[in-house]
Amino acid sequence: MSIKLDNVKISHGKFSLQADFEIEKGKKIALLGPSGGGKSTLLSAIAGFKTPDSGRIFFENTDITSTPPAKRPIALLFQNHNLFPHLSVRNNIALGITTTLKLSLKEIETIDKALLRVGLDGLGNKMPSELSGGQQQRVALARCLIRKQPILCLDEPFAALGPALKKEMLDLVQEIAETTNATLLMVTHQPDDASYITDQTILIAEGKAHRPVTTNKLFANPPAALAKYLGN
Amino acid sequence: MAYRTKPLRPIQLIFSSSAFALLLLLTLGTVITLWLHADIGFQLLVSDWAIIKFTIFQALTSATISILIAIPAARALSRRKFKGRQVVLTLMGAPFILPTIVAILGILAVWGRSGYVSEFLQKIGNDPINIYGFYGVVLAHVFFNIPLATRLIVQGWTAIPVEQFRLAAQLGISTSGIGRHIERPMLRTVVPGAFLIIFLLCISSFAIALALGGGPKATTIELAIYQALRFDFNLAKASQLAMIQFSLCAILGSLAIFITKPINFIQGLDHEIERWDGNEIHHKIFDILVLLIVCLFLFLPLFSIIIRGAVPLFTLPALVWIAALNSIVVAVISAFLSVGMAISMSIFIIKMSYKLPIMSKAMEIISFLILASSPLVIGTGLFILTFPFISPFTIALPMTALVNAAMSLPFSLRMILPAMTNAENQYGRLADSLGMNDWARFNIAIWPRLRRPVGFSIGLAAALSMGDLGVITLFAPPDVATLPLVMYRMMSSYQLTGAAGVALLLVSLSIILFWIFDRGGRLEHKIR
Amino acid sequence: MNKFTTLAAGLILTLASPALAEKLPKLTVYTYDSFVSDWGPGPLIEKAFEATCACDLNLVGAGDGAALLTRLQLEGERSEADIALGLDTNLTAKATATGLFARHSTNTTNLDLPIDWADDIFIPYDWGYFAFVYDNTKVTNIPNSFEALINMPDDFKIVIQDPRSSTPGLGLLLWVKQAYGERASEIWSGLSPKILTVTAGWSEAYGMFTNGEADMVLSYTTSPAYHIIAENDLTKSAAKFEEGHYMQIEVAAKLASSNQPELADKFLDFMISDKFQSIIPTTNWMYPAVIPSEGLPVGFDKLITPSKSLIINSNEAQEVRDEALAEWLTELSR
Repeated sequence: MSIKLDNVKISHGKFSLQADFEIEKGKKIALLGPSGGGKSTLLSAIAGFKTPDSGRIFFENTDITSTPPAKRPIALLFQNHNLFPHLSVRNNIALGITTTLKLSLKEIETIDKALLRVGLDGLGNKMPSELSGGQQQRVALARCLIRKQPILCLDEPFAALGPALKKEMLDLVQEIAETTNATLLMVTHQPDDASYITDQTILIAEGKAHRPVTTNKLFANPPAALAKYLGN
Repeated sequence: MAYRTKPLRPIQLIFSSSAFALLLLLTLGTVITLWLHADIGFQLLVSDWAIIKFTIFQALTSATISILIAIPAARALSRRKFKGRQVVLTLMGAPFILPTIVAILGILAVWGRSGYVSEFLQKIGNDPINIYGFYGVVLAHVFFNIPLATRLIVQGWTAIPVEQFRLAAQLGISTSGIGRHIERPMLRTVVPGAFLIIFLLCISSFAIALALGGGPKATTIELAIYQALRFDFNLAKASQLAMIQFSLCAILGSLAIFITKPINFIQGLDHEIERWDGNEIHHKIFDILVLLIVCLFLFLPLFSIIIRGAVPLFTLPALVWIAALNSIVVAVISAFLSVGMAISMSIFIIKMSYKLPIMSKAMEIISFLILASSPLVIGTGLFILTFPFISPFTIALPMTALVNAAMSLPFSLRMILPAMTNAENQYGRLADSLGMNDWARFNIAIWPRLRRPVGFSIGLAAALSMGDLGVITLFAPPDVATLPLVMYRMMSSYQLTGAAGVALLLVSLSIILFWIFDRGGRLEHKIR
Repeated sequence: MNKFTTLAAGLILTLASPALAEKLPKLTVYTYDSFVSDWGPGPLIEKAFEATCACDLNLVGAGDGAALLTRLQLEGERSEADIALGLDTNLTAKATATGLFARHSTNTTNLDLPIDWADDIFIPYDWGYFAFVYDNTKVTNIPNSFEALINMPDDFKIVIQDPRSSTPGLGLLLWVKQAYGERASEIWSGLSPKILTVTAGWSEAYGMFTNGEADMVLSYTTSPAYHIIAENDLTKSAAKFEEGHYMQIEVAAKLASSNQPELADKFLDFMISDKFQSIIPTTNWMYPAVIPSEGLPVGFDKLITPSKSLIINSNEAQEVRDEALAEWLTELSR
């Protein structure tokens, strides 16, 4: 067992979300549902940006409900603003190792290897503004890679990318999750993305986060809320 | 692309070019008028250079200190949630709109020889403080400008995407690391613009600099202009000194505009604060201390104005209320005028920036000129220009509204131009692709993103206009007065108690006006 | 619809009625702000003159005395003004030189001024002495000369106005110059540590004084009369200086460009008549140029009477002013 949400209730103004489920270690999970349904809210709670009104969140049986974001075993990727515009690509990745940006030779080597892994070999000295949107996300992924956190959270990271590029990126994510043996949580509103790389899907709709269900099974026999979302 | 390359419609062209023409007329136009009207030539004397040096030095110091205090204050306001934060932000605008004479007496009620601070010092057996001198000038200017500086810098903080703070929290970047990686780069883009605005405002100070400067050592260019116009009737000297003010403005304005990015005012101030840094106890204590000190510094003089004015407020004669009504009407009209000009100028500047970027920058600088201009020169110049054609009395109130609108234009433009540029960048193409006509385009794509800065600008412009004596003294018709004019007249007829009541009324009305419009801009607002 | 038209007609009539009144000849008088304000002499004088002249008296406030002359210089011969009221003797020479003013035809032999008056353009309507005003419940050791003021304890502070922007400020400058001549620099150098600050206008300085910021403020010997009569407050007094006190004589004149010259003459006559003069003491808080038949109001008897009246001939005022200003700037800028 990797993550457990025990009767968690999160509210934000009039909106509220309930979640009570467990996620197995190493699984790749999609958080799927209509926009405004609470996908990002749930991810925020797991990452520590929102404190639940009630309930507890556990990681491997440790209560992390009130652990600050940095102390949680999570690496996170947003849709945008993942990079600091005034830092070079290498320094942006280096933040995953040390926030002082004083790097040993070995650490520089690690970073360059990570760059190679995400297909940005030799671009370490570039500034984020010199890169395309897809390349910027690759830099952010490289940082996730070297952080080696047991949980990798992605908040609609490739929504702005084209289909071919997105597939490439999803492959990269899968590869990274598998090499670091991480549990993957990915917010998406695209059923295709969910079925492309995930094992299980958590459906989030109408104020409730459902238990994870095997993605293929879910799509084969969608419950009412999902059917409504899929437009079937 | 269609819209950008499309020439301006005639009506847009008329609006925007008349706004520019008005600005040029009020700034360079009035100075040149004075120059042409002068019948004696004039050479700057050595003593005039001393005045210029003093003016620049006090303005540099005042602007620097204002910014140095505003940065921690803005940081505290941006990373702390507390009850009454919005009230603090609104009230913080108050010093900025105080008429000078009220501000002088308010500051002295705290810092003077018989002020709160001296009283306290004497109670514990020390000598009273003496603030008159260079420190007094700086203290007064800092009092005036901290609120503006803080507000401008808070905007910078608000414009930082929340993801950056989340990312920092995720990566465990310390508070000082956030300072280095997120806050300092932001400050680098925001501070120069804020510094410029405050520097320019301090350049044209006069009564405050003299009263708190303790004597003629604290003579500013503005006082020299006053002397030249009123005492010597030397129009040539007045226009030459006014040109020096403009040159200072143009030089610094160019530096600020060409070197730095413009200040981004787009985001509101009341969106929820999400911060995970600064939780260490020493940061909390520091923030609380900073806010406490800044609030005390700003609100104690206001408090003294309330204390003095509260009783006479209820016994003010009817003519004060009529003047109040005049002031409100003038303020509202001038505020809408100011924002209307800012919007049409923004359209113009944005269109220009695609074809003639230098021209577009130059226009931004022109919009700053009015900050450095002397109200007396503007008034006198306008008087010379209009007198041959129309009786000054019939145009007193419209003229006041017009000049006040121009005076607040730099602030309105600073807020509306970046918002419009952003809206244009984000939604302009979409609007074009949907084949929207100009009106639909403005109404649907641009306006929702302007509401907030427009509300804030109207509020600020109205409040500034309320407190400004403006040109009405020169054009004053026999039976029409504004609130500041009534206040000055009462003071010069020994009615100091009544004048304190008028001062309180003036400050309250200004704040209420600001609050109404600022709030109006935020209603039904669903953009984040 | 009928209701609406009646209402509209009524409105138009009400709005138009002042226009009907304008059929009367209109006499426009430019003066300083505090003269026209509701607390000044303006409203009473307008009523009194209009009762006798069959005219419309239009009083226009144009800033302070110096601004008034600037305004007339800017307007030149096209000015609507028939009369300028509120210049003082420091400005009359300069005003005469503009050529904008015309000779008067008023008999000024019965003026009650401490000095002789012989000016064929300007007619005085009130006058006063500059003086330092203090709170007699707080200051007990009252300086009786500039030299005594210089020798006051270190923490005794005065507020004065800048001669470059204020009439009393200029008055003080000439006061010291007239009383001390060559020694004026020395006096200013001695006064310098006593001067808390210099303000641009009278209002700031007087406001600072009443708020307890300074021990004395430069104002008029008649200032205490306001507090005595209007506020029943006996705590304000003026310090009597042995050197004598500098005078301010406020004057009015007819403009050469006036299109109502006869009416203007009538107003100037009225100005030194009993009606006008009896209004002045308790509204402008100055001495009337002619003592009214009922005498000075109660309260004026409590004021100090300088032993010597100082004034610089208006023809020399300009030159003396420039020299004195240079000395003042040098000494106070140290």
